[in-house]
Amino acid sequence: MAEKREKEENVLGLKLNSRLLELLAKLQEVELEDFEMEVGDLEIWLQPGAVAAPVLAPPKVAPPVKAKPTQIIEAEFVPPVETYPGKVVEVKLGATRSEGGTRGKTVVIGGETTPALYTFERPTPHPPVISLDVFDMEVPLAKAVKMHVKDVLGDPAAWAKLAVDKFGADMITIHLISIDPLVEDASPKEAVKTVEAVAQAVDVPLIIGGCGDPVKDAEVFREVCETFAGERFLISSITRDMNVERCAKFVKKNGHVALSFTPMDLNLARELNRRLYDFLPKEDIVMDLTTAALGYGLDYAFTNMERARLAALMGDPELAHPMSSGTTNAWAAREAWMKMAPEWEPRELRGPLWEVVTALTLLLAGVDIFMMMHPAAVKTVKDVIAQLMGGKSGNAERLVEWVTAKV
Amino acid sequence: MSEREAKGKIGVKELSPIDVYKLLPRTNCKECGEENCMAFATKVVNREVPIEKCKPILKKEFEKAYKQLKEMLKPAIKEVIVGTGEGAVKIGGKLVMYRHELTYFNPTAIAIDVTDEMPEEEILNRIKRVEEFRYEYIGQILKLDMVAVRSTSNDPDKFKATVKKVAENTKLPMILCSLNPTVLEAGLMAAPKARPLLYAATKDNWREMAELALMYGCPLTVFAPNNLKLLKSLAKTLIEYGVEDLVLDPGTFSGDGLAETLNNFTMIRRLACKHGDELFGFPLMGVPTTVWLESAGIAQEIVKWREAYLAAMLIVRFADILIMHSLDGWALLPNVVLRANIYTDPRKPVAVEPGLKVFGTPDENSPVMFTTNFALTYYTVASDIESAKVNAYLLVVDTEGIAVDSAVAGRKLTAEKVAEAIKASGIENKVKHRKLIIPGKAARLSGEIEELSGWQVLVGPRDSSEIPKFLQEKWQTQT
Repeated sequence: MAEKREKEENVLGLKLNSRLLELLAKLQEVELEDFEMEVGDLEIWLQPGAVAAPVLAPPKVAPPVKAKPTQIIEAEFVPPVETYPGKVVEVKLGATRSEGGTRGKTVVIGGETTPALYTFERPTPHPPVISLDVFDMEVPLAKAVKMHVKDVLGDPAAWAKLAVDKFGADMITIHLISIDPLVEDASPKEAVKTVEAVAQAVDVPLIIGGCGDPVKDAEVFREVCETFAGERFLISSITRDMNVERCAKFVKKNGHVALSFTPMDLNLARELNRRLYDFLPKEDIVMDLTTAALGYGLDYAFTNMERARLAALMGDPELAHPMSSGTTNAWAAREAWMKMAPEWEPRELRGPLWEVVTALTLLLAGVDIFMMMHPAAVKTVKDVIAQLMGGKSGNAERLVEWVTAKV
Repeated sequence: MSEREAKGKIGVKELSPIDVYKLLPRTNCKECGEENCMAFATKVVNREVPIEKCKPILKKEFEKAYKQLKEMLKPAIKEVIVGTGEGAVKIGGKLVMYRHELTYFNPTAIAIDVTDEMPEEEILNRIKRVEEFRYEYIGQILKLDMVAVRSTSNDPDKFKATVKKVAENTKLPMILCSLNPTVLEAGLMAAPKARPLLYAATKDNWREMAELALMYGCPLTVFAPNNLKLLKSLAKTLIEYGVEDLVLDPGTFSGDGLAETLNNFTMIRRLACKHGDELFGFPLMGVPTTVWLESAGIAQEIVKWREAYLAAMLIVRFADILIMHSLDGWALLPNVVLRANIYTDPRKPVAVEPGLKVFGTPDENSPVMFTTNFALTYYTVASDIESAKVNAYLLVVDTEGIAVDSAVAGRKLTAEKVAEAIKASGIENKVKHRKLIIPGKAARLSGEIEELSGWQVLVGPRDSSEIPKFLQEKWQTQT
């Protein structure tokens, strides 16, 4: 009986969720082709005097003798545009045939000269991109995610193709879970085969994800880097407890990019980046400062990334790298996947929204690459990025009508 | 960004305890409960205690110093109170632009709207749902804060009756929304002492709205969609008029105009916090409800979905108050949790004390589990064990406040640490078995833990909500 109910809910959830996707797809609001930036009339405003103006006395209530204004008193408004000594480095991912790889598409990230999306200062040079997760074996997935990929589980090439063709992935992350000595202990050769299949199936840049074992990852990464020399894959990730020197060398030698991963601590991030600088140019490093889920430490992740970006702009070269976020971690929050009391349902909407909110929070901290999972979440984050980059004007006259709008 | 922005100008970063200390009586009288005036000054600068805890400073002889201190400690964003009595809600009061510069005060207030053309039943039902909304999250209760009453009829009598109905049925503060002063006044007459937030003064109605705000002693929203020069001019005019408590609405656009909206919020907050612009030093209002303007022919779930993520972006980008329409739990939950996260004090550790925790009355055969000392992980696991009503030991391993999966990835949770924690806890004298239940997300450490600790590992569930089931199925069969 219980089983039957569960089944029925599945069907319902599936319907609702596919409908959501379909509806979102119809509502492609911003045509990327149209986007133009308004750079021309931005003026750089230098603040008068570096000394803080004394805090003014609080506005006094107009004494009765003083006449109340009879018309609007004009105030000066100057956009607070600033310039910064630092700039985030630009990193190119993927390489076409003419560049020594086989990718049909490449992406460039970074290059920011303002805090995250402060487009009133200067345009954001490159839109943040989304890389979809593909696993090389069956892994536990939230039901809301699983229903979209159930036909391709265990077939990374088909999964990657689906993610690019149907879900709009800018990049693919192939997670080589099976190489974990505690899981299947798959050999580097087998991992290479998986990567080969994915690289054949899609022509977007790839992120190569390890299993978390520092020794095994290094071994597999070396094999992958050598086999696919020149592809500018993003190697995810180089951590402090790996043989950093050895890894940096094979990443550099074979023309790839290192993802420098540290656990939520800017000093550790600086330290690892410094170690990488001995072997890798800055343009070959992206950093991952750790993403925690909404409700499960997102505040740390957000502030850590925001601080890193502000520090980069203030001229700290060791943090001036584009940032990547494992946004999929949003699904670690039980509120994202768990069945809850009826007032919080359906989870088929709550779950992807959890991923969206995690992503958008970090978008506003300065993330350049989102590693994501749910197609509806991906679609929404892509739309928002396009809107924020496109900068079309809203209709102010129409907006006023919200007050009387009948919903 | 100038050096100044990095540090924050009015921001407390530049205000040193010495600045405050110099103005205190410096008698080390300890009346405030601190050891000396310097210790008190430090707490005042960190906003841990109000200056008024120093009783002597309130005396006539220190009047000037007190005034100076008040001025010095004044937040960049004025604190505005909506409502009265117990139900009153404070908005604004921010000291800094970025939360890492200190902490954010007064979490974004969320108001849900009703209109004067909704059937009475619907209005009452919506109020009930606002009042009953609650979610327990690491020891806090997350709630909704206000009711926004909109006049869609533009009929003073209808609006008056609706405001009356709302005021009779909830103690939550109200926002009264109509751009027609006659309608708004009718509403105010139904709740003359409630101190609702008025919405809104525009370039066309500001004089009448200012009069209403003064007459009824209410805070007033200034609304100038995507026109910061006008918004600032209106603020200046209204202050000159005598209205002291303002809230600024630069317009909430979604889709086209979203970029401008975020830019406007950011520019206003930067000017107020970093440039000392007092005309912008007021709470910011975001109105995700505006998505419903373009909802014709679009599925409701989509509109709710859009409203939800727009609200989230505004919570992150400086909104002090939001008006929303959707009451669906799936759409509101991520936002109230996000709000709790963003308004967590970054100065306070979110780690709990590591060590052995006892649940119920365990004996020598009771299960032993371990988790990390990240507060959220700990409280979640603890509440799941409690709800299972089992007797058990929970070993809290010091992972420097990081959750299980991140701690495993970042090597903050290792087999060595677990083995050490077992030894240090004395658990080996408390139970006669040697079976450790480990978090499912730490499964990869199983072998090493067995090797280093000599305990047998049982890999537990990946989520602690399944602990009761796990214990029932696995532990009981084991013992």
